[in-house]
Amino acid sequence: MIAAHLPILQVVVPLIAAPLSVFCRRGSTAWALTFGVSIAALAISMALLGQVLDRGTLSYELGDWAAPWGIEYRVDAANALVLLIISGISTVVLPYARVSIAHEIEPHNQTLFYTCYLLCLTGLLGMVITGDAFNAFVFLEISSLSTYVLVAMGAKRDRRALTAAYTYLVMGTIGATFFVIGVGLLYMMTGTLNMADLAERIPAIGANRTLVVAFAFIVTGLGLKLALFPMHLWLPNAYAFAPSAVTVFLAATATKAAVYLLLRFLFTIFGTTFPTFEPTLTYLLLPLAVIAMFAASTVAIFQVDIKRMLAYSSIAQLGYMVLGMSFATVTGLTSTILHLFNHALMKGALFMALGAVVMRFGDATIDTMRGLGRVMPWTMAAFVAGGLSLIGMPLTVGFISKWYLVAAALESGLWPIAVLVVASSLLAVIYIWRVVEAAYFDDPPEGVTAGEAPPALLIPTWTLIGANIYFGIDASLTTRVAGEAARVLLGTAS
Amino acid sequence: MGVDDILGLFNYWMVIVLMMIGLYTVVSRGNLVKKIVGLNIFQTSVFLLYISMGKVTGGTAPILTGKPEVYSNPLPHVLILTAIVVGVATTALGLALVVRIKNAYDTIEEDEIQAADDEKEFGDAAAAEDGRR
Repeated sequence: MIAAHLPILQVVVPLIAAPLSVFCRRGSTAWALTFGVSIAALAISMALLGQVLDRGTLSYELGDWAAPWGIEYRVDAANALVLLIISGISTVVLPYARVSIAHEIEPHNQTLFYTCYLLCLTGLLGMVITGDAFNAFVFLEISSLSTYVLVAMGAKRDRRALTAAYTYLVMGTIGATFFVIGVGLLYMMTGTLNMADLAERIPAIGANRTLVVAFAFIVTGLGLKLALFPMHLWLPNAYAFAPSAVTVFLAATATKAAVYLLLRFLFTIFGTTFPTFEPTLTYLLLPLAVIAMFAASTVAIFQVDIKRMLAYSSIAQLGYMVLGMSFATVTGLTSTILHLFNHALMKGALFMALGAVVMRFGDATIDTMRGLGRVMPWTMAAFVAGGLSLIGMPLTVGFISKWYLVAAALESGLWPIAVLVVASSLLAVIYIWRVVEAAYFDDPPEGVTAGEAPPALLIPTWTLIGANIYFGIDASLTTRVAGEAARVLLGTAS
Repeated sequence: MGVDDILGLFNYWMVIVLMMIGLYTVVSRGNLVKKIVGLNIFQTSVFLLYISMGKVTGGTAPILTGKPEVYSNPLPHVLILTAIVVGVATTALGLALVVRIKNAYDTIEEDEIQAADDEKEFGDAAAAEDGRR
């Protein structure tokens, strides 16, 4: 009975919990509520993924209004996996957030922090699960608006969090508005907002200028949201100045949800036969992705603030994801979806390790890192392990992603791209090495009294590191789901 | 391009004009409040786009009267109600951030905020050098 309603519960449970948490008097009560909800969301996404793998695509009609008139929630392998990433990361981040947030945010703001966190979770889960284009916009804005607030809450540590949140608000709103213009133009031509319905009607209309304009607006809008180079300018400051737990959560989930929406629109709705599909992928997304890989990694090498460095590295990693999808092959999409999952694990772990440093020292500049290998051995060991995964060492998830990406490039006959992927990994070696060098080969400055991070921070960090290694050794589950998702998106599912 | 293309598509021309004014304001103004105003104009143009597309010539409001009547498509209008709510929320949040920025920096001019940040990051020497230039 309840199993039939899982798709809507996935979104409604955190949505209802958000206003409830306002009434919690103390931050710890709000935290407990949020954590409970997050565990429930994780359980629901695991159940959904199980059902999808067993029985194929699930469809849920809100209020029993039949699609395409009513809003439909549609779960297939692609979004079931993204739902799992979002709720899973949220559940790992929250135990970390309890200590970290108590340290970084004023007590009277803590309940409101968890309210915004729940809204952000709702928005991200909603935009991934929905099968309705306008509904996706609404959830996109719910998650964005709460994200701006979450980023601005870093103002206690550094006032630049405010300007970062403001810039993000302006850029994010432009991106979302571009998206909604595109959706409007689609509605104008097809008279429907249901994604499955759109996918049927668009090929029937064929080459049409309004549809092409809609395509352009949607790709640009989502490109801004996912920080596709050169529309990434909001990202570094937002990640660098947000509270540590927020950075972990956003880096691991927010851009991923936007990547998923882009995949859904490009492959399911417009489809490979759409007239501007191939030129966009070959002449726009592919070059931008390659430039992102190199430009952002190069900028990362010169950053003083290590949080900012990892933010630039995220832009490069998003380049890998976009590169994978630009091949428009099953292997290419598999690599994109695998990297969605794997990047969430590695960046989550890295930002968690940095969050522990920020908690002890107040910042995470390259100077602060000096000698940390001895002062905070567990934290820095986690950073090194996460860094190796980011570079793509065998036995870590990073290797699995790169392996599939290189395989996809070779399969498409683009061996220079495969070489570039490997070459750009070397840049990651350089920027991770800088930190390792400072942490292990420099002496700590005189009079450092801080010690290792508390277990409340270390356990979630090492949980993610463990996942990095586990899924790096036994990737059968992730590759199976990602492959299934790629086939669903390309419409070649058995 | 005939008269029909200009007058017949008047709403859509205005959508484009407003959109460009809004975007230009966001990009060109250094004052944070003016940027928010620009963002608002930009969003308003999209509201107009949606409302215009739902209009049916000679159609009335979609109210059940029992008689067969031509009525405008209510769906885009309802959609845009949601988008208006989103727009109000964005404006409110944007202005709230501007208030906080004003408290923290004592200015809402982008270049002055940038200068204050640079001074903090690179020390007074760099700021003085900037002044000489």
